[in-house]
Amino acid sequence: MKYKIFTILALFFILTAKSFALVSVDITRGNLDPLPTAISDFYLDSKLGDNIKKLQLESKIPELIQNNLSRSGLFFALEKKSFIQRPEPAHNKPRFEDWAFIKTQVLVTGKISLEKEGRLRVEFKLWDVVSATELSALAFYTTPDNWRRVSHMISDKIYERLTGEKGYFDSRIIFVSETGPKVDRKKRLAIMDQDGYGVKYLTLGNELVLTPRFSPASQHVTYMSYFKNLPRVYLLNIETGIQDLVGDFPGMTFAPRFSPDGKKIIMSFAQEGNSDIYTMDIKTRVVEKLTDNPSIDTSPSYSPDGSYITFNSDRSGFQQIYTMKSDGTNVKRISFGEGLYGTPVWSPRGDLIAFTKLYRNKFYIGVMRSDGSGERLLTENYYQEAPSWAPNGRVLVFYRETPSDSSGRGGGAKLWSIDLTGYNERLIQTPTDASDPSWSGLLSRK
Amino acid sequence: MLSNNLSKVVLALVMTLFLGACATQQATTKGDDAYTGTETVKFLADGVPDRVFFSTNKSELTSAATTTLGKQATYLKANPTLNVVLEGHADERGTREYNLALGERRATAAKNYLISNGVAANRIKVISYGKEKPANPASNVLAWSQNRRTVTVKTN
Repeated sequence: MKYKIFTILALFFILTAKSFALVSVDITRGNLDPLPTAISDFYLDSKLGDNIKKLQLESKIPELIQNNLSRSGLFFALEKKSFIQRPEPAHNKPRFEDWAFIKTQVLVTGKISLEKEGRLRVEFKLWDVVSATELSALAFYTTPDNWRRVSHMISDKIYERLTGEKGYFDSRIIFVSETGPKVDRKKRLAIMDQDGYGVKYLTLGNELVLTPRFSPASQHVTYMSYFKNLPRVYLLNIETGIQDLVGDFPGMTFAPRFSPDGKKIIMSFAQEGNSDIYTMDIKTRVVEKLTDNPSIDTSPSYSPDGSYITFNSDRSGFQQIYTMKSDGTNVKRISFGEGLYGTPVWSPRGDLIAFTKLYRNKFYIGVMRSDGSGERLLTENYYQEAPSWAPNGRVLVFYRETPSDSSGRGGGAKLWSIDLTGYNERLIQTPTDASDPSWSGLLSRK
Repeated sequence: MLSNNLSKVVLALVMTLFLGACATQQATTKGDDAYTGTETVKFLADGVPDRVFFSTNKSELTSAATTTLGKQATYLKANPTLNVVLEGHADERGTREYNLALGERRATAAKNYLISNGVAANRIKVISYGKEKPANPASNVLAWSQNRRTVTVKTN
């Protein structure tokens, strides 16, 4: 009797799976049908000491992997208590009927053992339950306190094997932490893992700081600070804590970003009521002026190959999005829909530009192709802006504000993520209010 | 959750179609909505208000603004040792970076008016705070109009 059910279920899965040999996830469209995934507890090698055992990594690592995969919206994690097979035999040789029985299509197993000098070996295997095969297996070597990094790297491997796209879990977000009343907000630079863990503060909150952005090539961040009440762009090394003023401008510099090779900072400089776009080479300190227009030109962002720049300008009378070559020539307006457009930011894949749009008192995060065609609005709200791309160009992080009441209370900012399809909008929990998020590149590819 | 997501996509789709259909109409920016009251206003001296207000997304000086700046110019000329900083601000209904530029443009408009009325340029500095320092923290039309402002602050 039991055997019969297995056969029927197995048949069902074979018929519904798109490919007979492999499970896979299509992330180019909205995913209404996340892939059923079982992430088994890992098993601990019996030789591990009590100091390691008490960390409970055998359940914490799979939990973190499960959180990552679930938050992507592409995977549906099955409840652990429904699992039939124990972690150790599952890792060595899964009884696929047991896993097919609980209707999973994919199984993740793992093993944690001791290496030399207190280091751990964390091995995982990814199994296709439908075709009863091993899809991939890999081991990472690490110190026990680095288990989160390893879990993110394993998550990326699983995501990459099943979607055919690069992952984005082993990455960080820099943002502005906000506390205090709205008329006297205290703002501090903060950094955390992409899933909201490990928040560290980089400034004390003595001066207003805004719009931090990661270097794609190094442990640097560029941001704007009101240090000594002079609003200027700064460069901060997040490992040493050393910060430098960027350029020697006789007025406000703002809206900084790095060039894709990390060698230049592109930003706005405001003078006599006119904001134009400039670059500064970090090493040579050579400054170049790219736009020369009596309007406001700001929010510049390079294309991933560095050959183009998208920016925000009100030269038409209203805030719109433009592109130009990286030498400032060939300026073209690309946004033509009704409403105002701001904060264009080029996807790391090069295909799309994400933006903020204000239309009839609502704010939207949207994307369009770099020629302005194919505009799609992903989310509508009272106030939201400043999208930043995940390293694989599939997910955006942005901040959203709630309105305050007539006495000024209740308003606050939080970080949210949404994927390109407009599905799967998620709050990113932060200890304080938060704004101006910027996503790093993948940490492990540097 | 499924149907919720679906309706969002449908909404986005409908929005896109709708926006495409009326793309010829002009953008949403309002005309004259500069604040005309005195609620948040302080005074540099008797009868000399410290701030001027602007319409949404605008940096042109209204006639009320030029009246106020005229009084400030007279006051500054009568007190030649005083220096000032003009703090430009925007309301919270705009992107942070654009608002920084807009605040600078508003402060510069006020500065140029003071200069054209005889105040020496080297006595005036400008700074933009964008939307970072609202005078009224509420999220309503009144508060936004009070926050679109340039405030003249004595520095000595």
